Amino acid sequence: MSRIQESVIVRTIVRIMVPFIELFALYVIMHGSGGPGGGFQGGVIFGAAIILYAMIYGIAKGKERMPDTLDKILASTGLTIYAGTGLLCLFFGGKFLQYGMVPLLPDDPAEVSALLIDAVEIGIGITVSAVMISLFFDVSPPESEEEELPAELPISTYREA
Amino acid sequence: MIWILDITMMLFLVIGAIAAITIKDLLSAVVILSGYSLIMAIVWVEMHSVDVGFTEASVGAGITTVLFIATLARTEGRSED
Repeated sequence: MSRIQESVIVRTIVRIMVPFIELFALYVIMHGSGGPGGGFQGGVIFGAAIILYAMIYGIAKGKERMPDTLDKILASTGLTIYAGTGLLCLFFGGKFLQYGMVPLLPDDPAEVSALLIDAVEIGIGITVSAVMISLFFDVSPPESEEEELPAELPISTYREA
Repeated sequence: MIWILDITMMLFLVIGAIAAITIKDLLSAVVILSGYSLIMAIVWVEMHSVDVGFTEASVGAGITTVLFIATLARTEGRSED
C-alpha cells in the first residue's frame, strides 16, 4: 500500500467526491441529446468515478463493489438496450433507429424521438462505463501483489489523535 | 477564433508531442501526454467543437492517463530506445 492510499485526506475526499462525479456523469448522459455530452462521455466519467475509488481503496475492494460478473452483465445490458431500441423501430416499419416510427405517443413523433434518443444514450452510457472499469481492472497490477488494506478507517479515530 | 491563442496552443502542442516521444522516463511521457490532451481539448472548444473537446478531456486526459499509469505499474518504467 502506497503512502497516498494511506492518507486520510485522500481517502475521505475520494469517498465524498465519488457520488458527485457519478451525479455529473448522469447529468452528462441525460443532456446528450440537447447539448454537449452524451452516452460515451457520461459513461467514461461514470467509469472514472469507480476507477478513482478502486485506485485509492485498492483493487480488491473495487472488485468487491464491481465484480467481473456484474461488469459483463452491465456491458451486455447496455448493448441490448441500444440494439433493442433500434430493432423496435424496425418492428414498427421504420429504418434502424428511425425513432419517429414508434407509436408511443400517436400525435407527437418528435417527443417519441427525444425519449428514445435518451434510452439509446443510457444504453451507451451503461456499456461504456462497464467496459472502462473492466479495462482498468485488466491492466492494473494483480491483487496478489497488493497488500491487504485495513478495514474502513473511521474518521472519528483521526479526530481524537 | 482568437488567432494568437490558437498559435500559442498549437506551439505548446508541438512542444508537448516532441517531448512525449523523446523523453526516456515513461511516467513523465504519460504526464506530458495528459497535458497535451488537455491543451488539445481547449483547442477543440476554442474551435466551437464542444462535443469533441468534451470527449478529448474525459477520454484523452482522464481515462487514457489512468490506464497508461496502471500499465506502467507492471513494467520497468523506462524506455530502452
